[in-house]
Amino acid sequence: MSAFETLTSRTLVMPRADVDTDQIIPARFLTTTSRDGLGQSLFADWRYLEDGSEDPAFELNLATNAGAQILVADRNFGCGSSREHAPWALLDYGFRVIISTEIADIFRSNSLKNGLLPIVVDSSVHQALLQSQCTLTVDLADKTLHIKDGPHAGLSSHFEIDSFSRYCLMNGIDQLGFLLEHTDDIQRFETTHDKVSPA
Amino acid sequence: MSKTLFEKVWEQHVVVPETDDTPTVLYIDLHLVHEVTSPQAFTVLRERGLPIRRVDRTLATMDHSTPTTPVRKLADIDVVGPSAAAQIRKMQSNCEAFGLPLRGFDSDERGIVHIIGPELGATQPGKTIVCGDSHTSTHGAFGALAFGIGTTEVGHVMASQCLLQRKPKTMAVNVEGQLPDGVTPKDLILAIIGKIGVDGGTGHVMEYRGEAIRAMDMAGRMTVCNMSIEAGARAGMIAPDETTFAYLRGRKLAPQGSAFEQAVARWQELATDDDAVFDRKVTIDASTLSPMVTFGTNPGMVTPLDQPLPAKPADGSWDRALDYMQIEAGKPFAGTPVDVVFVGSCTNARLPDLQATAKILEGRKVADGVKMLVVPGSQKVKAEAEALGLDRVFTNAGAEWRESGCSMCLGMNGDTVAAGKLAVSTSNRNFEGRQGVGSRTVLASPQTAAASAIAGCIADPRTYL
Repeated sequence: MSAFETLTSRTLVMPRADVDTDQIIPARFLTTTSRDGLGQSLFADWRYLEDGSEDPAFELNLATNAGAQILVADRNFGCGSSREHAPWALLDYGFRVIISTEIADIFRSNSLKNGLLPIVVDSSVHQALLQSQCTLTVDLADKTLHIKDGPHAGLSSHFEIDSFSRYCLMNGIDQLGFLLEHTDDIQRFETTHDKVSPA
Repeated sequence: MSKTLFEKVWEQHVVVPETDDTPTVLYIDLHLVHEVTSPQAFTVLRERGLPIRRVDRTLATMDHSTPTTPVRKLADIDVVGPSAAAQIRKMQSNCEAFGLPLRGFDSDERGIVHIIGPELGATQPGKTIVCGDSHTSTHGAFGALAFGIGTTEVGHVMASQCLLQRKPKTMAVNVEGQLPDGVTPKDLILAIIGKIGVDGGTGHVMEYRGEAIRAMDMAGRMTVCNMSIEAGARAGMIAPDETTFAYLRGRKLAPQGSAFEQAVARWQELATDDDAVFDRKVTIDASTLSPMVTFGTNPGMVTPLDQPLPAKPADGSWDRALDYMQIEAGKPFAGTPVDVVFVGSCTNARLPDLQATAKILEGRKVADGVKMLVVPGSQKVKAEAEALGLDRVFTNAGAEWRESGCSMCLGMNGDTVAAGKLAVSTSNRNFEGRQGVGSRTVLASPQTAAASAIAGCIADPRTYL
């Protein structure tokens, strides 16, 4: 996992609510046994027309959105299936940050473990971000967002993030290492737990 | 101090308590593994030279990519397509390499992972249960704390039998009164999701309580808990009681003999204490419910079948969904022509679901032009249904009777609904394209699905009871 400290990028505004992980990456692409290469299937059913060409009306296909690494979506992004293929696809495409007023639990957890930063903002900041595309700086050390241009230039906002997840993201740390440091604790726990609740 | 069911189960599994800086190290009693969300986790173990810590606490099967046409030998899986076949082969080789028994094509115990866990008695009250699948919430019906995880976490559990978790909040869902005749647990959970919304449970573990829940059999309780994730909840739970214990007694992986009685004594302690406090509470009156169906593109867009669709909200938030579904707000939804009927999935493919379907189909015919697929939740459910002659009821009516698997719930195995076609489905998600590119899904109970198959249009099952 690559470390995340600060990022300045154009935003891609997707004013859709309840974007589920089936839209982010449809089930027919889940037969892969690797994490790589899912970016080309990101939002496949919205992004491509029946003949396989790009739908020019879809947000990802707008020239103004090319290269955007920050996705601003309407409420409840990432609901539904637990497929980690969703953050893998978003990352492979080039996104590093997802912003909404609400982000579904499992998607948020999966994102944090892969270096994709999910940010929940309040509705006033959200409205400003949804209103128009902008250049945004995300500072994970300060836990702040700064809008750099457009009608809301100068607007800054604090965001909350679990301190452990933040530490892991900023240092590119894989959480499995942390868990395995507790092997002795786990062993001790199992000694008694296996008697009460055997396998 | 008084505690909720969730808090009791949580506290019994804390290996290392959480601090401001670090999450809880939570012990996992049972890890369910399937072919879609595990390959990349096996790769991590391989890269780091780690074994599966507790093979004896891991239960593996194949359900998502598997064909529902008979598979006698592994070569048959090629019918699904090369990548699905490769994934199935990868699951077999991974399980062999890591010494993990696999309930595969040669096993009578294969099936949808959330059906076979309870069926084998592996799912038990008070356990922590996870799987790389959001419908792991199903197992909460037994008073287990069960939730879906991503593939990175699948690797964590394989390597350490633990997860790093922050403690979720709690939400009581009180279901007062009894469900009227012809109204099922599926209708209840659709009504609950409709009431609180698809994000109503975010960050919470829901506990379903009250008269209607206590009266339900385990199949019904599993249907309810299964769709907790559709309300955004981390998990759904129901306190174990005599119904739970009776279901588990004698099952292969449940405690046997005196150990079972000792376990029951322990399980009886799990119920939420009388004066325990939940972070949130909602109440729903079961006695006022009708059969429910979804009409939009998320499971929160639900309507009673015996009333016209609600009027469109002024903010335009339904426009896209109604356009996709090709329906009009304010109009009756019953009577809408149906192309496909699917009875199956981890939500509604247990024996009582199939019995309810057969009861309506018995002596009747699926309407011309309607394709109906009945897919049992496991090979055991299949055998039990066949022993009761249900397969003949289905095939005599003109429905297809298949091998077990997730099948048309998400269409990964090639069982899909064609673009533009409308499916009445007993599954759990009506997202755009969920059952195939361009497919239109109406979620319903097995009874409503069966009635709609006969009528050729969305129909109220109470007419056929």
